[in-house]
Amino acid sequence: MTDRQYIELTVASNLEEVRGVENQILSAAGDIGFNAADMFAIRLCLEEALTNAVRHGNGGDNSKLVKVKYFLSQALLEIFVEDQGKGFNPGDVPDPRSQENISRPGGRGLLLMNAYLDQLDYLGRGNIVRMIKKRSV
Amino acid sequence: MQVGEPKIEVTHHDGIVQVELLKEEILDEAVITSITDTILKLIDDNQGLNLLVSFQKVKHFSSSALGMLIRIHKRIEEGNGKLRLCNINPALYEIFVITKLNKLFMIFEKPDQAIMSFDR
Repeated sequence: MTDRQYIELTVASNLEEVRGVENQILSAAGDIGFNAADMFAIRLCLEEALTNAVRHGNGGDNSKLVKVKYFLSQALLEIFVEDQGKGFNPGDVPDPRSQENISRPGGRGLLLMNAYLDQLDYLGRGNIVRMIKKRSV
Repeated sequence: MQVGEPKIEVTHHDGIVQVELLKEEILDEAVITSITDTILKLIDDNQGLNLLVSFQKVKHFSSSALGMLIRIHKRIEEGNGKLRLCNINPALYEIFVITKLNKLFMIFEKPDQAIMSFDR
């Protein structure tokens, strides 16, 4: 196993396919020595990003694709998840912690990703999410 | 996921219904839908239900599972029932803190503490 990996994967836009990608990245991160807390965070954020890409970005359209690129080193994991949707502005997502939104069932994925990642950006037209998780020492 | 594999275990004791979530991961949409539907039916069939949901076996969930809990909470309040949560491991509890849902839900470390909290 090398200590640096750069992988690109393109899969059909369905939850079963993206879960395969999720498991591949988790396995690679585990092999390189990310600890249990890091792995918990990576799993949660991958789940949120990939589910968003399939459900919201690609609107549940199985004919669309999800592209995932990841760069893994001893220091960090950087992941790009791209869907074929029209994109969105994360600034438009209301704060789910506010009194008026606390009882709404959805809208917490972005909050959780921001909390668990070292960096979260939306690129392109808002259809590419870039996530960075540094390895804890 | 195997079809028909049980996702929850329901026990009734002394006016309280306890639901043990049996899956280590509550991520899959089909799992979440199945659990939600089963629990909503329990609520609809038992007006004023005292419901305790235990996370003893759960190691991972996503924001979709939080949505499930919010739907259950809303339905149970509409029926004048009460919801308590327990056995949530520290990593998962952190998710409740980040989202401030620890303020919306009544969460207890142990089932006994949760059971005591029901005003029966």
